[in-house]
Amino acid sequence: MTTTNEAATLAAIDLACVRGDRSLFQGLSFALVRGTLLKVEGPNGVGKTSLLRILAGLARPEEGEVRWNGKAIGGCPDFAADRRYLGHHNGHGLALTVRENLRVAAALQGTPCAGASLEQAMETVGLAHAGDSPVARLSSGQRRRLALARLILGAAGVWILDEPLNALDRAGQVLFGGLLRDHLLGRGVAVISTHQTLTLPAGIRQQTLTLAVSS
Amino acid sequence: MIAFFSRWASLPAFYRRAGRWIPWLWAVAAGLLMAGTVGGLVLAPVDYQQGEAYRILFVHVPSAWMAMFVYMFMAGASASAFIWHVKLAEILARVSAPLGAAFTALALATGSLWGARMWNTWWVWDARLTSVLLLFFLYLGFMALQAAIEDRRRAARAGAVLALVGVVNIPIIHYSVEWWNTLHQGATVSKFDNPSMTWDMLWPLLTMALGFMVYFAAAVLVRARSEILERERHRRWVIDEVTR
Amino acid sequence: MRTSLATAWWAVLRRDLLLSARRLGELGNPVVFFAAVVSLFPLALGADAGLLRSVGPGIVWVGALLACLLSLEGLFRADFEDGSLEQLLLSPHPASVLVSAKILAHWLVTGVPLLLITPLLGVLLNLPPLAQTVLFGGLLLGTPTLSLLGSVAVALTLGLPRGGLLISVLLLPLFAPVLVFGAGAVGSALLEMPVLPYFYMLGAELALAVTLVPLATAAALRASLGS
Repeated sequence: MTTTNEAATLAAIDLACVRGDRSLFQGLSFALVRGTLLKVEGPNGVGKTSLLRILAGLARPEEGEVRWNGKAIGGCPDFAADRRYLGHHNGHGLALTVRENLRVAAALQGTPCAGASLEQAMETVGLAHAGDSPVARLSSGQRRRLALARLILGAAGVWILDEPLNALDRAGQVLFGGLLRDHLLGRGVAVISTHQTLTLPAGIRQQTLTLAVSS
Repeated sequence: MIAFFSRWASLPAFYRRAGRWIPWLWAVAAGLLMAGTVGGLVLAPVDYQQGEAYRILFVHVPSAWMAMFVYMFMAGASASAFIWHVKLAEILARVSAPLGAAFTALALATGSLWGARMWNTWWVWDARLTSVLLLFFLYLGFMALQAAIEDRRRAARAGAVLALVGVVNIPIIHYSVEWWNTLHQGATVSKFDNPSMTWDMLWPLLTMALGFMVYFAAAVLVRARSEILERERHRRWVIDEVTR
Repeated sequence: MRTSLATAWWAVLRRDLLLSARRLGELGNPVVFFAAVVSLFPLALGADAGLLRSVGPGIVWVGALLACLLSLEGLFRADFEDGSLEQLLLSPHPASVLVSAKILAHWLVTGVPLLLITPLLGVLLNLPPLAQTVLFGGLLLGTPTLSLLGSVAVALTLGLPRGGLLISVLLLPLFAPVLVFGAGAVGSALLEMPVLPYFYMLGAELALAVTLVPLATAAALRASLGS
């Protein structure tokens, strides 16, 4: 699955992760060129979330490093501006409205936030009517959609998504599939862990990384 | 340079090297402490103001110095753990905290004993004792934080931040306590702050201080070794080492 | 094209203030606690006006310190639980600066109400007007330092069981200098001695805390969320 490092947007080099007593993985390397989807698979507790957090720069690997366009991601603001991460938690202030949350997210991500792009993002994920409702009043599927809206605010090169389909209904999954396709066709890179099937049109470069329980 | 350092800080190599040093350190510490005790309790002259009671300073002053020194050591180790991610430094910071707390407790206890003899009260809010008491709380906080965090890596990083915050605050705390003390009561006159110490009092004091230091080195190495074994217990080299 | 750091800082400050504004009911708690603690002392010590005047500054300061301590727990907790804190650390902007906005917001909604109620408490404790002014000034300079120092401890204990008690254990020795200078200033004012040196010290500590603490808090948050 390795391509030449020079062309790679996101590359993992010899990553090792230890959780408590257990070594989750070691010597993990891959390189993703633009327009590639990497699916991370494996049973529960095998380190998928840990890997994604390392790739996002939230956690530090025990050994090895992650490179983005050839540079280590640690303390690299350009990477941080180009990467979107969606974890188990959506990251919304519950007492804030949908619009307020998006505005904060845009400011934090560094995306210049014109009102129009916010409205458009809300419309894309089907929350246009809910702009002024507090997140606490949304269903969990709607909250996930709001998190998806954050991904498409300002074009980002790297998506790192941990179980993005959780809580989404059928229409929401189709919506996500469309967003992901556009992202990949727009030469973005995505690393996704999911237990569900992602249906993507032919011609999109896909790789699968299966993590196994290590001894 | 970095290669040398990382080799030195490699845990198996350190484990073996420390194992060779420890007996020597124990021997030197015992010798120094014995010499210091004889010098302080027998050879040093009686103080004309404070009588025999002043002799407790041969324990009190070195432990107060060590209380301070160990915190600086911890902060230094924490800084290198934080900046260069040296595992050995994380371990040294973690294992030295209880020793520092013990020195601090010893300084408090001896200070209190001395106060009981001099002022007929077990506790005086004297600037030095109050500073040491606050330092004791800093140690307890560090240890409580270490105990509360299960994941060793997180505990080490959190402890490093706390130790560095503490070390910046120590001078402020010390200064504020001095200030507070001169305001609320006159400075106490004691042998502890008396610069006019004669040589036959000074050499036992310095010998004791050195003995405390070597003891600390030995004890830290012993504790670091067992911490290494616990941390790396699933590694091949530990299993080899233990079953050899 | 990226938004400026100032925009992000503003957005964080505004967000936290908005969140507090939507939970107005919780805003009063530290103030009520503060007032209740201070009014317990006369019950314990007796209502002798002279005695209350001499121990008053200490009582108010200890009360303010405890109220700060209790309110600190809420500083990052909700954001930690809903994942907002993760997003903050992922921002391309320096986390230390963004965190300083959160600390400021926290001080505005917990520290400032404490300040506003002190004149009233001063009256309860028979403090003369000059001492009251000094008390207010001291708290104005001191409580931000408490919030700043507190943020490190809160960040270090995120997600730990019984974090609240641990926060107090970590913080009390660090709070000692603020208490010494703050209560000392009022004591000095009561004796009609100069108070400016105390304010200089409080100001110096605040300046030091403003520069260094956000860095430590950001590092602590990374340590707590990085595992």
